[in-house]
Amino acid sequence: MASGLGWFSIGLGLVELLAPQAVSRVLGLRGQERLVAAYGAREVATGVGLLLSRDPEPWLWGRVAGDALDLGTLATALDRQSDRREEAGLAMLAVLGVTALDLASAWSHASRRRGRAAARRRLPDYARRSGLPASPEKMRGAARDFVVPEDFRTPAALRAWGVANEVA
Amino acid sequence: MRALCWHGTQDIRCDTVPDPKLEHPRDAIIKVTSCAICGSDLHLYDNFMPGMERGDVMGHETMGIVEEVGSEVTNLKRGDRVVIPFTIICGECDQCRRGNFSVCERSNRNKSLADKVFGHTTAGLFGYTHLTGGYPGGQAEYLRVPFADKTHIKVPQGLSDAQLLFLSDIFPTGWQAAVQCDIQPTDTVAIWGCGPVGQMTIRSALLLGAKQVIAIDTVPERLAMAQAGGATTIDFMAESVVERLNEMTGGKGPEKCIDCVGLEAHATATLDSMYDRAKQAVMLETDRPHVLREMMYVCRPAGTLSIPGVYGGLLDKVPFGMAMNKGLTMRMGQTHVNRWTDDLLRRIEAGQIDPSFVITHTVPLERGPEMYKTFRDKKDGCIKVVLKP
Ligand SMILES: NC(=O)c1ccc[n+]([C@@H]2O[C@H](COP(=O)([O-])OP(=O)(O)OC[C@H]3O[C@@H](n4cnc5c(N)ncnc54)[C@H](O)[C@@H]3O)[C@@H](O)[C@H]2O)c1
Ligand SMILES: [Zn+2]
Ligand SMILES: [Zn+2]
Repeated sequence: MASGLGWFSIGLGLVELLAPQAVSRVLGLRGQERLVAAYGAREVATGVGLLLSRDPEPWLWGRVAGDALDLGTLATALDRQSDRREEAGLAMLAVLGVTALDLASAWSHASRRRGRAAARRRLPDYARRSGLPASPEKMRGAARDFVVPEDFRTPAALRAWGVANEVA
Repeated sequence: MRALCWHGTQDIRCDTVPDPKLEHPRDAIIKVTSCAICGSDLHLYDNFMPGMERGDVMGHETMGIVEEVGSEVTNLKRGDRVVIPFTIICGECDQCRRGNFSVCERSNRNKSLADKVFGHTTAGLFGYTHLTGGYPGGQAEYLRVPFADKTHIKVPQGLSDAQLLFLSDIFPTGWQAAVQCDIQPTDTVAIWGCGPVGQMTIRSALLLGAKQVIAIDTVPERLAMAQAGGATTIDFMAESVVERLNEMTGGKGPEKCIDCVGLEAHATATLDSMYDRAKQAVMLETDRPHVLREMMYVCRPAGTLSIPGVYGGLLDKVPFGMAMNKGLTMRMGQTHVNRWTDDLLRRIEAGQIDPSFVITHTVPLERGPEMYKTFRDKKDGCIKVVLKP
């Protein structure tokens, strides 16, 4: 679902970006070409986010917000004595449909996220799994008897030369 | 016999395959009593490593009982209890004699292929792509061990499988990762990734005497286990790793940085991670080196980067100039398992550490396929899975 909306975002965004004149003309938004292109860029960015991120939820809410912007902008075309009112109305209906999809998808992600959070609270507690016979503080350095093989030591040229020289 | 076989991306199945047979006088056949799923297996599961073929038997953390030995294996006999290192070693070549077992010159039976791809061959590995020999792995009822007279660790009866199994890989891997840092009592060691390898590395760095051990991950139960081992933790999704590390080191950065994550670093909120995901998706690069970049950036000049995390191929936008100018030392590689196991077995026997702490799931072999998914997705509190054939 989220990736479907992602591709849809990219598709719609590209149309708005590449043909802002045509889109504005059809929707009665003449003079708003720049705004339409900017909305296109927003759609593309949201689409890419939806497709690439592990957690699409923030991007879905981003789409819902974008839908609100689209609706607001289209409403301005309704107000005016435009000869494209009908087209703008139809476009608004379409956007409302998509908004419903976006909302449903965002809500379902949110409820799944809450489910995961609840599952996490039920997780076993590993705070005592140290694997050590005493507290980490007591075990610090317990293996200092280990002799680091020469070929695993910091190259002589990089060792603390000054310190070594003072001691010598 | 039953065995977990690779069938493609995220497709592991428990199949019935022919039992292994002795193929060479230096072979042995092991009846597997325990085996484990490793983070390296996940790179195969997700199909990020080239060179797997349908039907390949998975698994390289294996232990069991010797069932049968070839005529030239004089130091093992039926009934011996052994842990099998994931690196197959001849014990006689130039590299083996230097203790560089993971680059044994003779155990990779696809040597000519590896010579072409890597310039020079590396060791044969169990259950790990045809580039490293295409040897059937140990997530199975039986395992054929080539060069068995050298490729084994004899273990005593008094300890449990759970305590010994990780001598095969992750315990020596964490140990070598820390040893590579030549830890000084004044050192801060920062460790990226709190999976099984990260957990072993944390304990090793502590035992080797680091002043401060800092561990980085985002999975809550893994961070909790890291704290149990004495590490201070950073959640990379919730805080800035670089800022926190600098804070904890008086602004100077950690002297030693260890990458226990490898090529599948999660996309964090940073731009470079998004870039890697996109390039990997369209196959312009194979690995996601976010952790490497972060280590190069935050490491104290003249410090050391230790890289047990596995990389597969080509890395993009690695700030090598930064590393060069800061005079960083880099050490990396597959683990030279047998170089460390005598010493580590002694430490387990002495009770200095009990590596079984990391096991969260023990299930029959048949449930392997679903456990790959659980482990990969970090579901159900999963950190380490042991399979019982
Ligand atoms: N060198 C060797 O011989 C050797 C041996 C065994 C395993 N390995 C490699 O070690 C690596 C870890 O193995 P594992 O079994 O612990 O695997 P794992 O997948 O369980 O652990 C990786 C951990 O890294 C964390 N992580 C992801 N992105 C991160 C980021 N940006 N910053 C910090 N942490 C991040 C994950 O949350 C996870 O907990 C793998 O690459 C594996 O192939 C190497
Ligand atoms: Zn492994
Ligand atoms: Zn060799």
